[in-house]
Amino acid sequence: MRPAANNPLPVRCASSPLVRRILIGAALLFLTLFLLLPLAAVFAQALAKGWGAYLDAVRHPEALAAVRLSLQATVIAVGLNMVFGLMAAWAIARFSFRGKSLLITLIDLPLAVSPVVSGLIFVLLFGLHGWFGGWLDEHNFQILFAVPAVVIATVFVTFPFVARELIPFMQAQGSEEEEAALVLGASPWRTFYSVTLPNIRWSLLYGVILCSARAMGEFGAVSVVSGHIRGVTDTLPLEVEILYNEYNFTAAFAVASLLSLMAVVTLVVKKCIEDRAHIRGGQT
Amino acid sequence: MATTPTVPARGPAGAPGTMRLGPRTRLRRPGILPGFGISLGYAVTYLSLIVLIPLSAVFLKAATAHWSDFVAAATSPRVLASYRLTFGASFVAAAIDSCFGFLVAWVLARYQFPGRRVADAVVDLPFALPTAVAGIALTSLYAPNGWLGRLLQPLGIQVAFTRLGVVVALAFIGLPFVVRSVQPVIEELGSDIEEASASLGANSWQTFSRVIFPTVFPALLTGFTLAFARGLGEYGSVIFISGNMPGKTEITSLLIVTKLEQYDYAGATAIASVMLIASFSLLIVINSLQARTRRYEERA
Repeated sequence: MRPAANNPLPVRCASSPLVRRILIGAALLFLTLFLLLPLAAVFAQALAKGWGAYLDAVRHPEALAAVRLSLQATVIAVGLNMVFGLMAAWAIARFSFRGKSLLITLIDLPLAVSPVVSGLIFVLLFGLHGWFGGWLDEHNFQILFAVPAVVIATVFVTFPFVARELIPFMQAQGSEEEEAALVLGASPWRTFYSVTLPNIRWSLLYGVILCSARAMGEFGAVSVVSGHIRGVTDTLPLEVEILYNEYNFTAAFAVASLLSLMAVVTLVVKKCIEDRAHIRGGQT
Repeated sequence: MATTPTVPARGPAGAPGTMRLGPRTRLRRPGILPGFGISLGYAVTYLSLIVLIPLSAVFLKAATAHWSDFVAAATSPRVLASYRLTFGASFVAAAIDSCFGFLVAWVLARYQFPGRRVADAVVDLPFALPTAVAGIALTSLYAPNGWLGRLLQPLGIQVAFTRLGVVVALAFIGLPFVVRSVQPVIEELGSDIEEASASLGANSWQTFSRVIFPTVFPALLTGFTLAFARGLGEYGSVIFISGNMPGKTEITSLLIVTKLEQYDYAGATAIASVMLIASFSLLIVINSLQARTRRYEERA
């Protein structure tokens, strides 16, 4: 057997150098062709007609309106789901009660519902013949095919993201520090603010990053409820679809490149948090 | 300050063997932590408003339909063709992901090489990239005049606007599920059992097939199921590359959208409830698979 190598390997491997090189080469080739090439294609297509056309497409009023709506929906969805995540994680990780595992399963439910069905749910609720449709119509509230439905669908789809990061993290952490703070006379709010929050900050940020990325990029659910009114109820991904279907490929890829940049930033921040806080990359 | 909690949990004078927890003693010390009622109440209320009540709308809507209408809507030939495509393509894509995902997870977990951290981050790209962007990017790559389509065309392989395109899109979306399920298990595995196997005279193929693969298999199966489940509901990445020919390359999600656009809410709901039942069943399978893997990890 070979003596331990000098470079710090994560795990010392028994396979021969040749096999190792072939496997690394195959994996990298696969990742490049299968994952990186599509990303490169977005930017190549976006810039195919030069920077002028690119900037025109990105600065088009409808594209800007889509950016605004996407940001708006994201901020609301992340805010609401963050408060929920903190509340749910506090209850689940700090207390024992009956039905806890059922609650954890139910929180993950939106992940099992396909995007299109998520949208359909709200059509059934708020559509003209839906549960609340008649009442809404009488009182002149427009939810479906308007901004509120876009926001609600985004909230639904991104519902579990913060909670499912915080719950296991806080469970693993235990409550000793908070108990110590309370015993020493800190108020509940002070305990949360100076003990809990600093302890969970990376995990919270991680959940928020995943939640925002999904909220910005959600397509299926939002597409069903938005009604596609350009400049009013179109989010960025819907704008991409419309431009693409109009054969306006340069503009479609230009808008898509904004979303791709967001994805790249998400990956970088995510990786930094994982390295820093030793959080293992989870599934979304 | 409130009453000092009586905490006999770990007495100062040893003798842990004599300490027994009575049947009614809770393992967690009786709470001095505040906010149980408000946090649980808020969480359950919000969960009900956003998820449970809306979700029940689908099933209640489906229940108002006549059974025969429901069956007719959920099993018409066009719908059945879409199930076949959706389930078949998801299965094939998850199988492809299992092979390549295993390779990628192995390389990331075992080898140190330049660019490993970047490669590790890139694996999550399909999570972070919006599905509509993935859809148009894959379409432009695999279209007959695209970067990859141009190379595949002379070989007689057409990807875009065929069923193969659906498989490619679903494999793209599903890859991280397999890698992220398998990678931690390979990392935990360590190289000592391999070395033990080798020192007992096994060759590397025997070590792989008899020692490594059986250990990683439950995690691989979890990853496969997660990728498969994701594929069933996928919409954005598929609709651009599939060409959407009814009965041929039309996935179930698109069919639901089409029904909705024709204001056929009953038909859309019927198909949606079939898909919901499929994904909830898979959720149960995934949960039990993950519980099993966790038990294994705890034992190890």
